[in-house]
Amino acid sequence: MTDTAPNDAGDDQPKARKRGFVASLELDMRLLGMIGAFIAIALVFNILTGGRFLTPRNVFNLTIQTVSVAIMATGMVFVIVTRHIDLSVGSLLATTSAVMAMLQTEWLLQIFGFSLGHPALAWLAILGGLFAGTLVGAVNGYLIGYLAIPAFIVTLGGLLIWRNVGWYLTNGQTIGPLDETFQMFGGISGTLGTTWSWVFAVVASVATLYALWSARRTKQGHGFPVKPLWAESTVGALIVAAIMGFIWLLTSYEIPQRVLERDFEARGEILPEGYTAAYGLPISVLLLILVALVMTIIARRTRLGRYIFATGGNPDAAELSGINTRLLTVKIFAIMGFLCALSAVVASARLSFHSNDIGTLDELRVIAAAVIGGTALSGGIGTIYGAILGALIMQSLQSGMAMVGVDAPFQNIVVGAVLILAVLIDIIYRKRTGDT
Amino acid sequence: MAKTPLVELNDISIAFGGVQAVDNVTVDLYPGEVVGLLGHNGAGKSTLIKCLSGAYRMDSGEIRINGERAEINNPRDARAYNIETIYQTLALADNLDAASNLFLGRELTTMTGLVDDGAMESETRKVMGRLNPYFQKFSSPVSALSGGQRQSVAIARAVYFNARILIMDEPTAALGPQETRMVADLIQELKKQNLGIFLIDHDVHQVKALCDRAAVMKNGKLVGVVKVDDVTTDDLLGMIIAGKSPEGVAA
Ligand SMILES: Nc1ncnc2c1ncn2[C@@H]1O[C@H](COP(=O)(O)OP(=O)(O)O)[C@@H](O)[C@H]1O
Ligand SMILES: [Mg+2]
Repeated sequence: MTDTAPNDAGDDQPKARKRGFVASLELDMRLLGMIGAFIAIALVFNILTGGRFLTPRNVFNLTIQTVSVAIMATGMVFVIVTRHIDLSVGSLLATTSAVMAMLQTEWLLQIFGFSLGHPALAWLAILGGLFAGTLVGAVNGYLIGYLAIPAFIVTLGGLLIWRNVGWYLTNGQTIGPLDETFQMFGGISGTLGTTWSWVFAVVASVATLYALWSARRTKQGHGFPVKPLWAESTVGALIVAAIMGFIWLLTSYEIPQRVLERDFEARGEILPEGYTAAYGLPISVLLLILVALVMTIIARRTRLGRYIFATGGNPDAAELSGINTRLLTVKIFAIMGFLCALSAVVASARLSFHSNDIGTLDELRVIAAAVIGGTALSGGIGTIYGAILGALIMQSLQSGMAMVGVDAPFQNIVVGAVLILAVLIDIIYRKRTGDT
Repeated sequence: MAKTPLVELNDISIAFGGVQAVDNVTVDLYPGEVVGLLGHNGAGKSTLIKCLSGAYRMDSGEIRINGERAEINNPRDARAYNIETIYQTLALADNLDAASNLFLGRELTTMTGLVDDGAMESETRKVMGRLNPYFQKFSSPVSALSGGQRQSVAIARAVYFNARILIMDEPTAALGPQETRMVADLIQELKKQNLGIFLIDHDVHQVKALCDRAAVMKNGKLVGVVKVDDVTTDDLLGMIIAGKSPEGVAA
């Protein structure tokens, strides 16, 4: 029971040793690697496009294009961490999108006698879609957890089933235009504007600093070692700078004059001379940020999250510790289904209509995003922020190549190669650090 | 010794496919007693105690705790009877740190219902300080620990929650001589606290030194239960190898 090797005794002793600047910050190296890769990609494309890649407008588009896949990728982290897979997310997105489109354009009108444009339509449709998604996810989880059918099979079947259930719900038709309130979740049609974007930036910054401070205080309260105050402050300053920079970029994207004119006209007003306005933070991106926050809290600070990671690390140990791993599987897939429906809101709202091919191949993008973001298919390892960064990196590559004029087939070749490369780098990194 | 046994395993049987892993085995355990389980690999020792720990559901037989019939259908049920188990495989989630493993399934939470990692690490530091004072790797995943360190995490988990019944399945398998001695001391201490302990061990000398009685199994069947003071190590080895009890020592 005693360690024969006392050399590990100093491992996390209050730091007497001098440490390097970077080491003192105790940053997550994998996170830094991904941010580094993202910045490198952005800079390279910015040069290749002669500065067009990093314009406020393109950054804005990039973020709203990333949201749908990123939301689902956070759920895929839980699925993959528990050694499962979900191949049905793109199809489930299509079905839930169809449900919501039908609810707001037909079913709710028939049931409640609402007329088009009724303010409750969007919300009831969203509720219905979220319910449907959660239900399908829970059924998937039941088949996998309780009936022991491999997730690969259940969701491969689901990929075919839900793609075509979506088709039947709409009779194969494109449904649109969608409700105006609903469209606010799509990106360009729903943004916070300058003032509220900055309010968000300030609130987010304060919340970040508070979270850092209270984590530090908790550690000190238990007498655990903490990093030096200057290091803590540096980390806080970096995060706040990133938030401010991001909002500054988004609020620099001005709404074109003709759009403003149209908006004013719709309200029966005339656009004042010299009036300008910026888009600011899209509501869809705000939604993604909220999802990221909630999913991170679930992963790190709840029993559910602890059980997800324990089950991924060692399913037998989890079972022997009294964790109901079958019910856990149901919950994980129900969350995945819920997030598919949430993504469906964003995806269909962005298009402003529901089409049958919505979400096609998204399962592959979502899995790739999670994996590029460091989620290990062998289970037990993965982070929410990683998956979101993974989605962002993939979208950047795709958009960047499109802007440079790379052929569509070649874009896919590159994205595929990057997926394999990312996993290879991860394997090498883990071998080096002895991290599992 | 108290009149009512703490644990009675009566006529336990369980088969996997065609293999009768445990065949009509009856053993009991009194408070403050250590009962050794001996037998070759594959004799059915781990399987037997997994019926008690809730990992397996027996095909037939009954379990009594403090004289009353107990329904143990899963590990949660066993925990409710204050049965703690150190599994042969240790049953640790390698990707989590020591504290998360120690409290797995029984996390401490804050007032808001979130897991309280600080409190759990603090408790873990306390219990590890008693069991293994050199242990310092509180923030690494247990995959980064040595075999001995991992074993001490598994032991800490079993003793932290005030077990009444402790099952130790080859707890010293990964340990060196010095660490093995510490486990022996721990067993003596827990015995004084009136726990009942099932100890599975390959080393007959160790069993003779630590246990009050020994139950020997072969091919799923119980060969016999003897008081260790009534037999020699050669007698025990004879039981393990030949599957026969020595004359006139049945306990
Ligand atoms: N989950 C299982 N599935 C199938 N066979 C098992 C299982 N667990 C144990 N067995 C079989 O039961 C027998 C007893 O095994 P075990 O209890 O592990 O032996 P011991 O612990 O005494 O070495 C062995 O033949 C083993 O192969
Ligand atoms: Mg065994």
